[in-house]
Amino acid sequence: MASVATTLTRHRLALGILAFLVAVPFLPVLGTSYMMHILILMLMWSVIGMAWNLLGGYCGQVSFGHAAFFGLGAYTGGILYHHLGVSAWWGIPAGVVVVGLGALVIGYICLRLRGPYFALGTLAMGEVLRVTAENLEWLTEGTRGIMLEQRTWVAKEPYYFVILLVAAAAYVVMEILVNSKWGYYFVAIREDQDAAESLGIDTTRYKTIALVVSAVLTGVAGAFYTCYMGYIDPEIVFALHDVSIITIMVVMVGGVATRWGPLVGAAIMIVLSELVRTLPYVGTAHQTLFGVLLIVIIIFLPNGVVGDFHKIARLLLRRPAAAESGGA
Amino acid sequence: MIQLEVFLQTLVSGLLLGGLYALIGLGMTLIMGVMKIINLAHGELMMVSMYIAFWLFHLLGVDPYVSLVVTVPVLFVLGVAIQRFLISPVLKVDSILPENQVILTVGIGMVLQNLATMLFTSDYRSTPVDYASDAWYLSDWWRSSPIELSFSVPWVVSFAFAVAITVALWWFLQKTDTGKAIRATAQDRDAALLMGVNVERMTLITFGLGAALVGAAGSLFIPMYYLYPALGGRFTLIAFVITILGGLGSTQGAIIGGIILGIFESMTATYVGMGWAPVGRFLVFVACLIFLPGGVAGLLRRR
Repeated sequence: MASVATTLTRHRLALGILAFLVAVPFLPVLGTSYMMHILILMLMWSVIGMAWNLLGGYCGQVSFGHAAFFGLGAYTGGILYHHLGVSAWWGIPAGVVVVGLGALVIGYICLRLRGPYFALGTLAMGEVLRVTAENLEWLTEGTRGIMLEQRTWVAKEPYYFVILLVAAAAYVVMEILVNSKWGYYFVAIREDQDAAESLGIDTTRYKTIALVVSAVLTGVAGAFYTCYMGYIDPEIVFALHDVSIITIMVVMVGGVATRWGPLVGAAIMIVLSELVRTLPYVGTAHQTLFGVLLIVIIIFLPNGVVGDFHKIARLLLRRPAAAESGGA
Repeated sequence: MIQLEVFLQTLVSGLLLGGLYALIGLGMTLIMGVMKIINLAHGELMMVSMYIAFWLFHLLGVDPYVSLVVTVPVLFVLGVAIQRFLISPVLKVDSILPENQVILTVGIGMVLQNLATMLFTSDYRSTPVDYASDAWYLSDWWRSSPIELSFSVPWVVSFAFAVAITVALWWFLQKTDTGKAIRATAQDRDAALLMGVNVERMTLITFGLGAALVGAAGSLFIPMYYLYPALGGRFTLIAFVITILGGLGSTQGAIIGGIILGIFESMTATYVGMGWAPVGRFLVFVACLIFLPGGVAGLLRRR
């Protein structure tokens, strides 16, 4: 029993956040349909962010092509629904298999590359899948996209709890993986691949593991997206900027290789994009602000809001102190 | 006979396209060779140059080929500024991921693309030069030619410019002191520093040069291509496929890679279908990664 108690205390923060998120739909202000939508997107992006963080943050393999996995997951659900007439929710379990296999193929091609070249390789994979999805009209309906005739639920709450469950599961998977032997292998590969290799770590194998787990989680988020939004087309789910780059931004803004970075990053990005959308003129070009934000974060907060929290705190705390000394 | 004609025509248009691709690839490979970073804002820089050429044509009636004298220096300065104020500071920041610089160039690309959308809207624009649809025919020179080939005037002129610029660049890198210093920096940064090369300045010049080359490509492409803000991303992808195909940081490789890619795309468009050209591009890329990791340059070196 003691071990349960220690586990509970060790994960106080996680449990607190989980309890809060479970309670949200029942709260008066936060429980509105619009807020639920924002929170659903936020949780979905935090799942993708956590997935990317495992591969990019812990294992050091920066992927520019997570849209490939997101889109594969989304299209698994969409194609099952469109061609076989089964519920798009089957896309989640089926997507695990499809995306897992897809990740093995992509990993076989790309994992022989290092650093920036891996990034470019994955980017190319994402684009290949996008163009393929656009051109394979008999399977994917091409640019017309796939539309679900009706969504499972009208209310947002069921979707919210589904994605909350997925996010919680993703968090648990991350915690277990990162704190396991494998997690240390991942970090060793990130820090120095040759050194890791010489110490007997089968780097290709562990990089593949990180890639597949990361891809499968992203694919689940993609399959959820199909069910939630009810419409997908290649430009949306295989988008380079709107999926792959935003994924990187979510993690960069939140904090690379931090536990809460993806969630914080997703919250900041979603809230920011909603705020910007309401602005009359700038709204059309919200990516300008994202780009500027990305540049600022990279230059001034390279470890993100969570990773460089002490820097922000110091900056905020110093100001009143400086004012006091100035007054005296 | 018809089939041979189609094949040769495809080959010719592929070659002409490849010459321009080589120019884009050269800029990227220079930056990659000297600074070991991948510039994912490369296509967006070209888009900027194309807008400059477009507005010069529309407001002042400047011919796209004359606009080279504006786009090249402007892009050079833009490149130097990006290197000086954005990329250099990041090289000094310590962070977990060394890929930060690549992500930074993505951010720069996003800003450029969206500023263009904000300022000029996402409308497709064209530059209707009066020689746009003119062509030279093989039968003009060789009356009894058994086959007929056409050479589009703007494509041929752009190709000629691209070749001239490539030769000028080769001369600059081979013969001038600055060119030699740039090559030295690419070979071994520390050794170059010890030999008294101002490495910091060389990186500035290199980025400027890379941007200027792609700027020139922009001016050369504008008579043939529609212009819209999202065009940049497509050319960034093309640029890095060329550099991978050619071998990282190799100038000859970039030229050969550009021409191979141009011909290949043209062939895919003719024999498989227009929409599949981008897939063909990436198939080349993937095949190259698997079977020819050093690119064309690796093949040349092995000889």
